[in-house]
Amino acid sequence: MSIITKVQAMDTGSGPAETEPCEKPVSTQRDFLQRLFRQPKAIIGIVILTVFILVAIFAPLIAPIDPNAFVGKPNLHPTLVNWLGTTGQGQDVFSQLVWGTRISLFIGFTVGFLSTLLGLIMGMIAGYMPGIVDGILNMFTNVFLLIPGLPLLITLASFLPPGIMTVVMVLVFTGWSWPARVFRSQTLCLREKDFVSAAVVSGEKTGRIVFSEILPNMLSLVVSSFFGSVSYAIAADAGLAFLGFEDVNKVSWGTMLFWASNNSALLQEAWWTFLPPGLCIALVSFATTMLIYAMDEVTNPRLRSEKEITRVLRKFHIFSRRSTPVIKEPITQ
Amino acid sequence: MLEVRDLRVVYLTAHGSVKAVDGVSMTIQPGEVLGLAGESGSGKSTLAHAILRILHPPALITGGQAIFAGRDIMEMEDAELEQFRWKEISIVFQSAMNALNPVMRIRDQLYDVMLQHGLTKGEAHERAVQLFDLVGIEPRRLDSYPHQLSGGMRQRVVIAIALALNPPLLIMDEPTTALDVVVQKDILQQIASLREKLGFSILFITHDLSLLVEFSTHIAIMYAGEIVEQSQARELFNHALHPYTVGLMNSFPSIGGDRHKLTGIPGSPPDLVTPPTGCRFHPRCPNMMPICTQVTPQTNLISNEHSVACHLYSESK
Repeated sequence: MSIITKVQAMDTGSGPAETEPCEKPVSTQRDFLQRLFRQPKAIIGIVILTVFILVAIFAPLIAPIDPNAFVGKPNLHPTLVNWLGTTGQGQDVFSQLVWGTRISLFIGFTVGFLSTLLGLIMGMIAGYMPGIVDGILNMFTNVFLLIPGLPLLITLASFLPPGIMTVVMVLVFTGWSWPARVFRSQTLCLREKDFVSAAVVSGEKTGRIVFSEILPNMLSLVVSSFFGSVSYAIAADAGLAFLGFEDVNKVSWGTMLFWASNNSALLQEAWWTFLPPGLCIALVSFATTMLIYAMDEVTNPRLRSEKEITRVLRKFHIFSRRSTPVIKEPITQ
Repeated sequence: MLEVRDLRVVYLTAHGSVKAVDGVSMTIQPGEVLGLAGESGSGKSTLAHAILRILHPPALITGGQAIFAGRDIMEMEDAELEQFRWKEISIVFQSAMNALNPVMRIRDQLYDVMLQHGLTKGEAHERAVQLFDLVGIEPRRLDSYPHQLSGGMRQRVVIAIALALNPPLLIMDEPTTALDVVVQKDILQQIASLREKLGFSILFITHDLSLLVEFSTHIAIMYAGEIVEQSQARELFNHALHPYTVGLMNSFPSIGGDRHKLTGIPGSPPDLVTPPTGCRFHPRCPNMMPICTQVTPQTNLISNEHSVACHLYSESK
């Protein structure tokens, strides 16, 4: 009893920035979501992605016109009937854009999920099991990192039967190595932490240590990597389709660009055939990037407070950061 | 020699600004050892780092002065500060293990500060050997890397670096926390004898009260970013006034005398984003009065050099 009170009265070890709040800790998960939704970047990213997902789900309602049907003359300007005009072959661009969202997003999210998962498995096993296992897995990862992505993509895509699943496989095949490398180094770093040693000593099973002790500590990295892979997959899919290595009869943003280029839309000055799909790809990448930034700021308290102080300092025209700034006027937060 | 007046430091966080140091005033005279004590999170380290203006963002100094030899440190420009630090006030950091760069030889880390302040390489070498003699390490250890030294030796090296330019004031931020008691005693004795030899003053930060009373000439007790009691060491030890100081004194056992139960201080330090109104200690204070929740107590001089911020001792009572 007496020892406990003593420890309470004079806690050992103190850093300069240490303050212990006396309230009970709030539910961290809710706290996390609240912080996430207070981030303008997160809101922008979530809103854009939600809009695209809704468009993909409700495509038949939003664009009742069959995207493959020939509805008019080629390269018609946008009108009230064909909101974004027609393609070089007389199909409705708006309809294609809406229906194309389905395939593009499907590929994006599937590839994002699979390559993050594969990267996670390879990276965490390699990171947690030093020696021969790590040696072999790491060699694999390095080989895949070294292979130039686009040529491999093209080679694979041109030899395999065209189809959505082929594209997904090819993109996962070329996209898992970077997440794997990141997860491996993070696991290597976490493995040395005392709480992992404590888990080992208390007899926890390897699987539990890896998935319950280590994995939650790198969740923010996993989420960032997922969104990064989504953005990569959508762009790479568009690239493959544009080069004609996909089934060009399926409607996606990539194939729209392929047909626009095939029908020399630039010469025809038919901007409405290539600008909308290009813009959509850019918007999705933008949204995922925003989410990654927001994630980073929410999970890294240092970044958050840096932002705050930068704002205050800028207001008082202080730019030097080599010594602790002195501001003797009231600060409004 | 060093006079701190009404110093205020905040940390800007997403939940509001944390008032880590809130209106602290104190003086250190030449030859004094001022011991600064308090719980974790009471702002002692923040105060020490603020005096040198080496706090990292999101820290911000929002008011006050720290006057050293007629100059206000809070008004200094970056370049001026760089010359000032170490030459006039140097610091021994909390953990020597982290203060030394593991991939640089000790020699180069000692040279660093001296070359920066205008010594030549030859002079730096001479001084380094001299410093190692001073802190009791063989000069051939200059070529070691930090991991080749024991914890106590590393702490000595850090002290040697702090003494490199012969500064009149040394800030020691819990210099012996990571060491065992035997090494701790060794190092403190060495610091004491160095102080006698070289005559510098020390701002000594610790949460170890027995050490504090032993080592300091004056003591200041911090609680929740404020200094609640300040006095000569003996006087404070024998006549602690503030209920918090009394609580701290009752939290550690004496070796001799009767056995009695340690009481400690119930509760935990307050949240400094929204500190308690009135006296900050009132939620935990055994002598709480109605006025304590309303009015912030003024610092009153009780006797020569003994001041306390508590309503129990204010004149109005």
